[in-house]
Amino acid sequence: MSAINQSGWRPTAPQQGGNAAPTFTGNKALMLEEPLIFEIGDNHTTGVEVAPPVTATSRLGGLARTAAIDLPGLSEPETVRHYTRLSRQNYAIDLGLFPLGSCTMKHNPRLNEKMARLPGFADLHPLQPIDTVQGALEVIQQLAHWLVTLTGMHSVAMSPKAGAHGELCGILAIKAALEKRGEGHRKVILVPESAHGTNPATAAFAGFAVEDIPATADGRVDTAALKARLGPDIAGVMITNPNTCGLFERDLRTISEAVHAAGGYVYCDGANFNAIVGRVRPGDLGVDAMHINLHKTFSTPHGGGGPGSGPVVFSERLTPFAPLPFVEKRGDHFALVEEETAQDHHADSFGRMTAFHGQMGMFTRALTYILSHGADGLRQVAEDAVLNANYVLRSLSDVLDAPFAASGPCMHEAIFSDKGFAEGFSTIDVAKALIDEGFHPMTMYFPLVVHGAMLVEPTETESKATLDQFIGALRSVAERALAGDETLRTAPHFAPRSRLDETLAARKPVLVWKAPETTAEAAE
Amino acid sequence: MSRYFTQDHEWIDVDGETGTVGISDYAQGQLGDIVFVEVPEDGKKLTKGDDAAVVESVKAASDVYSPVSGTVIEGNPALADDPALVNSDPEGEGWFYKITLSDPSELEALMDESAYEAFVAKL
Repeated sequence: MSAINQSGWRPTAPQQGGNAAPTFTGNKALMLEEPLIFEIGDNHTTGVEVAPPVTATSRLGGLARTAAIDLPGLSEPETVRHYTRLSRQNYAIDLGLFPLGSCTMKHNPRLNEKMARLPGFADLHPLQPIDTVQGALEVIQQLAHWLVTLTGMHSVAMSPKAGAHGELCGILAIKAALEKRGEGHRKVILVPESAHGTNPATAAFAGFAVEDIPATADGRVDTAALKARLGPDIAGVMITNPNTCGLFERDLRTISEAVHAAGGYVYCDGANFNAIVGRVRPGDLGVDAMHINLHKTFSTPHGGGGPGSGPVVFSERLTPFAPLPFVEKRGDHFALVEEETAQDHHADSFGRMTAFHGQMGMFTRALTYILSHGADGLRQVAEDAVLNANYVLRSLSDVLDAPFAASGPCMHEAIFSDKGFAEGFSTIDVAKALIDEGFHPMTMYFPLVVHGAMLVEPTETESKATLDQFIGALRSVAERALAGDETLRTAPHFAPRSRLDETLAARKPVLVWKAPETTAEAAE
Repeated sequence: MSRYFTQDHEWIDVDGETGTVGISDYAQGQLGDIVFVEVPEDGKKLTKGDDAAVVESVKAASDVYSPVSGTVIEGNPALADDPALVNSDPEGEGWFYKITLSDPSELEALMDESAYEAFVAKL
């Protein structure tokens, strides 16, 4: 069953109502025009009635507001309709395939939501007495156990709140370890070109100098160049695996051995762990620290749907420096190890990343995902993610240039370039035309090493029928770009708004709504 | 006055000890519509190859590396309000900053206009 376009309607077929007069409202049947909320509501209307304050004397002094606040007043149904109408102009993972290469898994099983909403998890407060939250602590401890097991590492810090926060956690542990060794003078972190953009930012934020390591023509780390740069000033390397070119860094173990021999540590950006989970244990590759995006590999919602969560797994060497707090099982009891209780056996911890214990709602969802899939299920997740991406890559490499097609199988992301497009046509034209075809566009112009890059991450849950439909749409649009079809330049044609002036929007952004002058005068 | 280019697509015009730095027409074409430029502050000391400025287009953000060492005299004040100057006149009005060269011999490693044209033709 195909997820979209079940009616068989095609953009080339005559559009329903194509010759009809414009409607009075501007609406097109189910596609509703919607003004800004400020244009609907006024400050004479309100959806709630608030009693005047009982206190007669204000204690705000001269700080009390004198002018009207100018918030739009709407009733509850008006407000609900406004946002529901807007949401219908949007695209969502529950509508169709989302080819964006994202830090977020585009599959959020409903079972996760059911578990996270259990009152015993959902209604907890982080300051509740430990004896009343034993179940929640057990969830954290069990999830920690499985993360350590799946990665082949020694320990895990659960509290970091997102991928980049996890990177910082790992790099701070490396910094603490170096200082403990009396080698705080190691100030350089090597970051290959194939790493995520957050990696150099993290290293710089933690006080290290960043040096680039070039990529080879096949899209992987230049191992020889990296080895040549190792020395007594190197604190470590940050490698993304699978990397931003969608490739597995096959030399990682060799690199780790060389870095360790030179006295440095290996940080692995594990944002793309979903492509290798159940198949590869980063601990076996010599990794010292790696963040895991629960909102990616373990399917917890992010990107508008919920907070990120980026636990960091550590090697035995870095474990003493991991941040607080963590959960420890003592007999039948689960204890929270914090500053007051850590001195005896975790004195070298570099400190704390968060006020509390991490994203509890994400922990519940991630553990649900792990337990409901099992070892074989998780392995299949990785295999299907890789299979789907390779299916897209190989199905389209006759029309689109695939710069790394000769570098072996891709991981969970297929990458194409704009090579061969007719003069004046670019990746953005293909992306906009995909909107007309009923798909969210793929990632554009990233990675930077690929000219006019198009990065497609199909998600492991997509069926062959859905993938075939997407491949057909992208093939059709790519052929138009190769042939120089002028209509592509103004796409999308069927979206609620046609091509927007992104340049003007970036150069002169309008971030604050102002009442039109005539309206303001009339109100005075 | 003579003009030199780097392999990273910066240009520098040198007049005595003073250099004017910008990015090449090829570079602006690759970046696309430029929406933001951050130029260095007056008096900033730069070593050849340092990150000197930032340029952002609708596609990407890039660092601009200083082609020479020296002290910044001024950044182009016009780019804050009108970053599009880098697209419309990259090798003229769209200059990024002026710098007092501390080591003019560094220019010897750069390309002249014809060498740069040949370099770009091979990309």
